[in-house]
Amino acid sequence: MSKNWWKVLASVFVLYSVVAGLLFKVPTLPILHESIRNLYYHVPMWFAMVVIYSVAVYYSIRYLQTGDENHDLVAVEAVNTGLVFGLVGLASGMVWANYTWGAPWPNDPKLNSAAIATLLYFAYTVLRSSLDEEQKRAKIAAIYNIFAYPIMVVLLFVLPRLTDSLHPGNGGNPGFGAYDLDSNMRFVFYPAVLGWIGIAVWIVNIRYRIRKIENKRNQI
Amino acid sequence: MKKTALSFILMLSAVSLFAQENGVEMADKLRASGKIYVVVAVMLLLFTAFILYLFSIDKRLKKVEKGN
Repeated sequence: MSKNWWKVLASVFVLYSVVAGLLFKVPTLPILHESIRNLYYHVPMWFAMVVIYSVAVYYSIRYLQTGDENHDLVAVEAVNTGLVFGLVGLASGMVWANYTWGAPWPNDPKLNSAAIATLLYFAYTVLRSSLDEEQKRAKIAAIYNIFAYPIMVVLLFVLPRLTDSLHPGNGGNPGFGAYDLDSNMRFVFYPAVLGWIGIAVWIVNIRYRIRKIENKRNQI
Repeated sequence: MKKTALSFILMLSAVSLFAQENGVEMADKLRASGKIYVVVAVMLLLFTAFILYLFSIDKRLKKVEKGN
């Protein structure tokens, strides 16, 4: 059980964010109204996704260094899990945008680049499935992943800041830190982010262990 | 007299401005009726269920790993 402490902690953080996220006081802002609470649920998806993709790129580099097949397996499952979090992030963002910005897809640069980044990682899975030879597949996929990662970071965190964007912290908009004067939100937001990162890492861990067993079975 | 009346009117307008600033509609009714707690309870139930499910998957996987 002591080995699982972080799983319990992540669960507690997520459950806390459900209760506190719905009940704690939030700043009363026009347009956003009560939907400001989506910050506790929509944004952690992206934090978790970026952390998971970082895990993937770390293991891709490790694979190229060591040639250990297991490192490649972690990288695949990290990308697979990251894709789920990215899609959930896009979907939840579309619902939120529909009610605050007036359209589910208001051609905001951050939305477009998030969609491109998600497609970029779909291309990774397509690339893998198109190669049969295992070592070649692992090597090419690892190199692709290392190139995809900085492009994803630029698409999500650099390009939207250079143009006008509806997202806070972009295109001259103040960041959330600047206009939620209510520091109460931080007490829910940070645990929510940490909790969801923990849950995401946990899912990667489970998927990796399943894949390892499948891999062993395929070799016999 | 005129001055106090004027300052009174100005004060009133300030009050109305203040009220407008805080007139952002929030889910106050949902909170007052207590029904927000129903939502919290349902969400808590769902999230707890899925987390327990994740724990059970983890446990089952551990068994499979030992068997291999």
